[in-house]
Amino acid sequence: MTAQPFVMPPPHPKERRIIFENISQPGYDPSIDTFIKHGGYESLKKALTMKPVEIIDAVKASNLRGRGGAGFPCGVKWSFIKHDDGKPHYIVVNGDESEPGTFKDRYILHYDPHQLIEGLVISAYATNTHLSYIYIRCEFPEAAGIVWNAIEEAKARGFVGKNILGSGFDCDIYVHQGAGAYICGEETSLLESLEGKRPYPRIKPPYFPAVLGLYMKPTIVNNVETICHVKHILRLGPEEYAKMGTPGDGGTRTMCVSGDVVKPGFYELPAGAVTLGELIFDICGGLKPGRKLKAVIPGGSSAKVLRAEEIFKVKVKGADGQMVDKEIKMLDVVMDAATLGSVGSMIGSAGVIVMDDTREMVWALNNLNQFYAHESCGQCTPCREGSLWMSKITTRMLDGGGQGADPKTLQNVADNIAGRTVCAFGEACAWPTQSFLAKFPEEFEAVAAEK
Amino acid sequence: MTATTAADPKAATTRQADQVTPEFEAAIDEIVTHYPVSKRSASLPLLHYWQNTFGSVDDSGIEWIAARLELQPINIYELVTFYPWFRREAAGKTIIRVCRTLACAMAGSYEVKEKFCSAVGLDPLAEHHGFGEAPPTSADGKFSVEFVECLASCGSAPVALINNTLHEKITPESIPGIVGQYQ
Ligand SMILES: Cc1cc2nc3c(=O)[nH]c(=O)nc-3n(C[C@H](O)[C@H](O)[C@H](O)COP(=O)(O)O)c2cc1C
Ligand code: SF4
Ligand code: FES
Repeated sequence: MTAQPFVMPPPHPKERRIIFENISQPGYDPSIDTFIKHGGYESLKKALTMKPVEIIDAVKASNLRGRGGAGFPCGVKWSFIKHDDGKPHYIVVNGDESEPGTFKDRYILHYDPHQLIEGLVISAYATNTHLSYIYIRCEFPEAAGIVWNAIEEAKARGFVGKNILGSGFDCDIYVHQGAGAYICGEETSLLESLEGKRPYPRIKPPYFPAVLGLYMKPTIVNNVETICHVKHILRLGPEEYAKMGTPGDGGTRTMCVSGDVVKPGFYELPAGAVTLGELIFDICGGLKPGRKLKAVIPGGSSAKVLRAEEIFKVKVKGADGQMVDKEIKMLDVVMDAATLGSVGSMIGSAGVIVMDDTREMVWALNNLNQFYAHESCGQCTPCREGSLWMSKITTRMLDGGGQGADPKTLQNVADNIAGRTVCAFGEACAWPTQSFLAKFPEEFEAVAAEK
Repeated sequence: MTATTAADPKAATTRQADQVTPEFEAAIDEIVTHYPVSKRSASLPLLHYWQNTFGSVDDSGIEWIAARLELQPINIYELVTFYPWFRREAAGKTIIRVCRTLACAMAGSYEVKEKFCSAVGLDPLAEHHGFGEAPPTSADGKFSVEFVECLASCGSAPVALINNTLHEKITPESIPGIVGQYQ
């Protein structure tokens, strides 16, 4: 099992590579010897000298937020697990990476699997977990082999399995492969999938698998990148780690930029270190010659689209602590959870899709609508029917069958999905339609009027 | 099973479950050990193992896996019909899965898929309904081509997963060469 050779370009001065530090070393390979040569498993040794609650406190103090999309504070999630409740606990690593525009976990799984395993064993020790699964989408067949192999290597060296490094702590890890369904990235769907059932997301509450998760036992579900960060929190210390980010959003975040930029790729940046403009123009080399920026989806395909030259009116905390009104230009939007939230979108999975002035917005939305129509699990009527309906309308519009009422109908359908479904896929499939219509009404009206 | 004559190709197809070997069973038993809490969790990995071995999952496969995990056949059937990865019919020896989603579409994946189809002698407009149906497959059984959704490699679009290997930054010109590697 060998992955394609991959060479990371040298870092941009704004980048701070922690997760991708190893991978960016020339000649770095996924073997355990190479990992250990680069300081691997030292954080685990340190963790095993700490009390589990000290690790959870460190993760809390680091302000690490989940990197899978919802951005929930990781340490807070972990503290929902009661250490000595006498129940088995599980950790399931979410390596389903399927949100369009997101491509970071793929590189960790293929090129630095031990980083994930070390983070996972530390997380298991902190939450008193003895059985963990790494759920990997089956479209990463090589990654599954690489991670399996890494688990075997780690077992042979006493980092995984029984009595880890003589500490008396046991943890088994297995890989579980998905089977081509985007919805399995939703954490309760992931658990149903792992239980061998149809992966229908579970009805909430309980809101957290930490209450009822895998096999109805307390379970932590975290994204691949999130789990990797845990190791670095212990290595750097939570204060140092938190300092890299903004208050409440610590550490680095891997931004994946795709679409119409000169240098698409992923960039590991301290949270909040750059604006959208800096990301596109300084780091990604701007747009292709002669092109102008038109639209950006900032946080994976489900995040609401931003229009170039848009000006957002937001409320921010002034120097005196009072809320004051402020205007932010689209390119000045800081790429962190709080700012993107305040302009009505989200950092999500940090998948930034850039579109230039050659792109038609009805076409772009239709592409996403087809994605959501294909991926709805079909459990809730508004989502199953609505996602298909929206996709049929935008497809018809593009095929020259636009009708005057189309924008209104699209809006109406989308408005009746969000908030009425079992899982957040409902919002995820409504937000593109709602935001494209709101930001580019003239394009939708023009195509609707065409006959 | 009904009596078969060699002249009738349809009747000559055998039940996949009749071809299970002791080695296959040993591998299955090992997989089941990964799930000490519930055997049912092994249904996806068993389906993968089955499909990797036999090329598809027929009725006998569904029944065999269900029996092995002490489940009803419907518990397995409902997975085969839900997950796009599983199919009830054989596909080509090489499966070309072209990413259809936004970043790849912007980088020309629709044209890439068409070119793959013509390079292997398939109608680019052939429909694929999913639900266990095999993707459109060339007459010689060598190739299947289908669209799939985002393969998490949008930064090197357009991409295609060909069997187990990801091909990135595909250009229309590079397609005959790529197909040639799998002839
Ligand atoms: C429709 C949908 C798809 C999702 N897909 C993924 C995914 O592919 N990978 C992922 O890590 N999280 C995904 N999530 C988020 C997970 O539900 C969950 O919040 C996350 O795995 C928790 O880990 P984190 O706290 O480390 O981010 C998805 C959520 C939804 C609603
Ligand atoms: S919102 Fe959609 S994807 Fe989520 S459970 Fe309902 S039908 Fe399934
Ligand atoms: S859109 Fe093709 S890999 Fe993501």
